[in-house]
Amino acid sequence: MLTSAPPGPAATRPPQKTAARSDSTLGLLAKIVLLGLVDAFAVYVLITLFLQEKWVILLVGAAVTVLINWIYLRRGGLPAKYLAPGIFFLVVFQVFVMIYSGYVAFTNYGDGHNSTKADAVNAIQLSAQQRVPDSPAYRVSVLEADGDFHLLATDPDGGVSVGTTGVPLEEADDAVTDGTGKGVELEGYRTLQFGEVLANQADILAITVPFSDDPEDGSLKTSDGSNAYVYRPSLSYDETTSTFTDLETGTTYADTGEGSFRSAEGEQLSTGWKINVGFDNFVKAFTDPNIRGPLVQVVLWTFTFAIVSVLSTFALGLFLANAFNLPDLRGKRIYRILMILPYAFPAFLAGLVWSGLLNPEFGFVNNTFFGGADIPWLTDPLLAKVSVLVVNLWLGFPYMFLVCTGALQSLPEEVTEAARMDGATAWRTFTAIKLPLLLVSVAPLLIASFAFNFNNFNVIYMLTDGGPRFDGTTANIGHTDILITMVYEIAFGTGVGRDYGLASALSIIIFIIVAVISAISFRQTKALEDIN
Amino acid sequence: MKVRSNQPTRRHALITGVMSVAVLALTACGGGAAESPSAGSSSAAPNLAEGGATTLTMWVDAERAPALEEITRSFKEDTGIEVKLAVKDFAAVRDDFITQVPTGKGPDLIVGPHDWLGTFVQNGVVAPVELGDKASEFQESAVQAMTYDGNVYGVPYALENIALLRNTDLVPEAAATFDEVIANGEAAVAAGDATYPFLVGMDPKQGDPYHLYPLQTSMGVPVFGQNEDGSYNADELLLGEPNGVEFAKKLVEWGDTGSKVINSNITGDIAKEKFNAGESPYFLTGPWNVPDAQAAGLNLAVDKLPTVGDQDAQPFIGVNGFFISSKSANALAANEFAVNYLSTEAAQDAMYDVGGRPPALKASFDKAASDPIVAAFGEIGANGVPMPALPEMQAVWADWGGTELALIKGSGDPAAAWTTMVSNIEAKIAEQ
Repeated sequence: MLTSAPPGPAATRPPQKTAARSDSTLGLLAKIVLLGLVDAFAVYVLITLFLQEKWVILLVGAAVTVLINWIYLRRGGLPAKYLAPGIFFLVVFQVFVMIYSGYVAFTNYGDGHNSTKADAVNAIQLSAQQRVPDSPAYRVSVLEADGDFHLLATDPDGGVSVGTTGVPLEEADDAVTDGTGKGVELEGYRTLQFGEVLANQADILAITVPFSDDPEDGSLKTSDGSNAYVYRPSLSYDETTSTFTDLETGTTYADTGEGSFRSAEGEQLSTGWKINVGFDNFVKAFTDPNIRGPLVQVVLWTFTFAIVSVLSTFALGLFLANAFNLPDLRGKRIYRILMILPYAFPAFLAGLVWSGLLNPEFGFVNNTFFGGADIPWLTDPLLAKVSVLVVNLWLGFPYMFLVCTGALQSLPEEVTEAARMDGATAWRTFTAIKLPLLLVSVAPLLIASFAFNFNNFNVIYMLTDGGPRFDGTTANIGHTDILITMVYEIAFGTGVGRDYGLASALSIIIFIIVAVISAISFRQTKALEDIN
Repeated sequence: MKVRSNQPTRRHALITGVMSVAVLALTACGGGAAESPSAGSSSAAPNLAEGGATTLTMWVDAERAPALEEITRSFKEDTGIEVKLAVKDFAAVRDDFITQVPTGKGPDLIVGPHDWLGTFVQNGVVAPVELGDKASEFQESAVQAMTYDGNVYGVPYALENIALLRNTDLVPEAAATFDEVIANGEAAVAAGDATYPFLVGMDPKQGDPYHLYPLQTSMGVPVFGQNEDGSYNADELLLGEPNGVEFAKKLVEWGDTGSKVINSNITGDIAKEKFNAGESPYFLTGPWNVPDAQAAGLNLAVDKLPTVGDQDAQPFIGVNGFFISSKSANALAANEFAVNYLSTEAAQDAMYDVGGRPPALKASFDKAASDPIVAAFGEIGANGVPMPALPEMQAVWADWGGTELALIKGSGDPAAAWTTMVSNIEAKIAEQ
C-alpha cells in the first residue's frame, strides 16, 4: 500500500526517504560527478573573472554557484530542486531582458552613442591622427634599451635616425643596415624580432617620435612595426577639462552632458557615448511630431488588426471545426489535414510568398482570380490593410480550428442530446449551449491570440513592410505598420539611424498596453467560468 | 519503488549540470559585456609575450571565407599569427560589429562594403589604416571610397557597380542615350522578339534609387555635394537641384501610367527571370547577374550606362574591403595582415576568383580585365562615384526610394513629390 501512495514532499515521509537514499547509489554518483564538473567549471570562470577584476559578476557568479550546491547537496527541499532550473531560466531570459530593456529606455543608446566616454575619446583621438600630406614613408625597426622601445627609422633617402616618445629623432649614422639599406641594428640597443614586436604591440603602437621640439612638425608613428609615417593630430584632448581642441581653428568641443563633444556653435564630433537621459525617450515618443502623428494611427490600426484577426480566425476556425465535427461527414480526416496545412508554413515565409502572389501584374491572385486586373493589393492604403488581414486569417485559422475541434469534442454529448430533446434548433443549440461552454476553455486562448497578434511582426514585415508610407511624416512608417514594426523601424530601420533608447521606451509602452488589456480580459473571462 | 526513487535523483543531477553550465556560460558572457576599456590592450600584452602565438579573428561571410583561407595560411607560415575566420550572417554582421566592438567581444577585422563606414566611424568602432605608398597601387576610386573625414579606414579589395546588359541577339548595336535604349527596346517588342523594352528590378516596397542613379546623375542631380578631396558633404543635399523635378517628371513618363519602360511590379527576381528568358534586350544590373545570364545561353554585351541629360551617367561604386576594429588588442598584427598581406596581388587575385568582382588592386585588375565583361564593368566603374558612406545616407535611402516608387506608379504630382522628399530628407539630416 505504501508504494502506491501518492508522491509527496520526500521530507515528510521518512520511510520512503531512507529507502530512496539507499537505492540511488548510481544517482548519487552521477550527481557528485556532474556537480563536481559544474563546480570545476565555476571555479575556472570565477578565477578568470577575478583576474579580469569583474567584481560584481564575480560575486553574482559565486553566489549562484554556492546556491546551486546548497540546493542540490542538502537533504530534502525537493520543490527547490525542481524549481531552481525554471527560476534560473526565468531570471536569465525574462527578468534580465526586461530589466535591461528598461535600463536602455532611460539611455540615449543608439547610433553615435554606442559605448563609454573613454571609448569615444579613444576613437576620436584615433581618427584625429592624420598623416601629414605628402610626407615620406619611413621604414622602421623596433629597438629596445633599458625596457623602453625606440624606433630606428630609415627615410626614403637612406638616412637612418632613432628616437622614442618624447625624444626627437636624431641621426644614427653608425646603424647597421641590411641589404635594402634599411637600418636594423644600433649599438646599445637590442633589435626586437617580429614575435617580440607582436608581444608588445600596445606599447609599440603608442610610440610617437617627435621630429623636433615643435609639435607642428608632427611625429612618427608606426601601425605595423615595419613602416612609419608622419602624423599630426588635428584635435588635442585635455583630460582635466574634458575638452577637445581643434589645433587648426582653435575651436573647442566640450562635454555638454548630452553624450557628445560639442562646440559653442553646436557642431558635434562624430563619436558620442552612452549616458542616462531620464524620461527623454518617453517624452519624445509622445511629443516628437514625427512619431506622435503616426503613433495615433498606428495604435488604432494595431488594435483593429489584433481584434479583427482574432475574431476572423476564431469565426472561421469555429465554423470549420463545427462543420468537420458533424457525425455523418465522410472523409473528415482528410479535410482536417488539409485545413491544418497553412499552420505548417512558417509565417515569415508565408508573408513573402503572399507578397509575390499579390503582385499586381505578375501575381497569381490577380492573374487567376481577377482575370489579369491590375489591383494594387499591397500599395493602396485600404487594400493593403485588407490584404494583411486576409493573409493573417489564412495563417491563423488553422490554430483556431485545432483549438475549437478539441474543445468541441470534449463537450459532453448529453448536453446537446438534452437540447435536442427539448426541441431546440441546431443554431439555438450552438449559440445557447455549445458556444458558452466552448468559450470557457477557449477564452484564455483568445486573449493569448490577441496578445500574439498585437505583436505579430512577421506578417506585416514580410508582406507590406508597413507600407504604403504615410505622407505627413519623415519617419519611415506606413499605413499597415503596427506598433512592433514601428518600433523595429525606429530601432533598426532606415530612418535616422538606430535608436535603441527610443525603441526600448516604445516597447515598454507596448508592454503596458498589452498587459492592461490582458488583465482586463482575464478578469472578464472569470465571469464565463460561472457557466459551469 | 526502486525505479521511481532513482529517476528523480538522476534527473536532478542532469538538470543541475545543465543549469550550472548555463549559469557559468552566462556569467562568462557577462564578463565580456562589462569589460572595461582599459583592460584590453595593456593587460593582454605580457601574456602574448609568453605564448608567442597571436591570433586574429576576422568576421567574413560564407562566400568570401574560402578565398581568404589560402592567404591566412601563408600569413601563418610567415609570421606565426593565426587568423581565425568566423563566418557570420552577412545581413546582421554590420550591426553585430557595432554592438560587440565596444564590449571587447568583437573581432579584430571585418570584411564589408565601404558604405558601412559612416556608421562605423559615428560609433567609433573602426581604426584608421595607413596604406602609405600602397595607396597608389589601388584604383583611385577604391581608396577614395575608403576615405572618411580625411582618413583611410579600410583596405579595399573589390569594386562593384552596375552597367547595362544587352542581349545582342535582340539589339545588335550599343546605344548611347536612354531614349535610344527605349527606342531599340520598343522596336524589339514591336517586332515580336521581346515582351519588355527594358528591365530594371524594383523593390515593390522601397523602389530602387541605386539602380536608377546613373539616369539621375546624367541629368545633373547627384545626392550630395563633394568636397575638394572627393568626400561627401552632408550639408549640401543636391537632390534639390532644379533638374531633380525634371527627373521626377521623367520617372512618371517612364512609369506605370506612362510608357511602362520602368515597371514597378517587376522585382529584381522577375527582371532577371525575364531577361534570362530572352524577353527583353536590356537589363540594368550588376556583375552578380552575369553568370546566370551566361548560363542561360544569352549573347551578352556590357554597355555603357545610357544618359538622359547632357552629363555623364555615373553609377554608384560599392567598394568591398577589410576594416580593423578600434578596440583590437592585436592592432599591430591586424595592420600587418590587412595592409601588408591582403593588399598583395595574390590575395586580391584569390578574392577575385571567388567573388568575380573587379579587384581594387590595379595589378590584379589588369589580369582580371582579360575577361571582357570584367573589363567593361571596370571601365564603367572608373566613371562612377563612391556610394556615400555618410550616416546621413540612411535617412536618404528610404525617402528617396519611396518617392521614386510613387512617381513610377504615377501617383502624385512629380514637382510636389520631389520637393517634399527633399525637404523631408533635409529635416531628417538636421535631426541627426
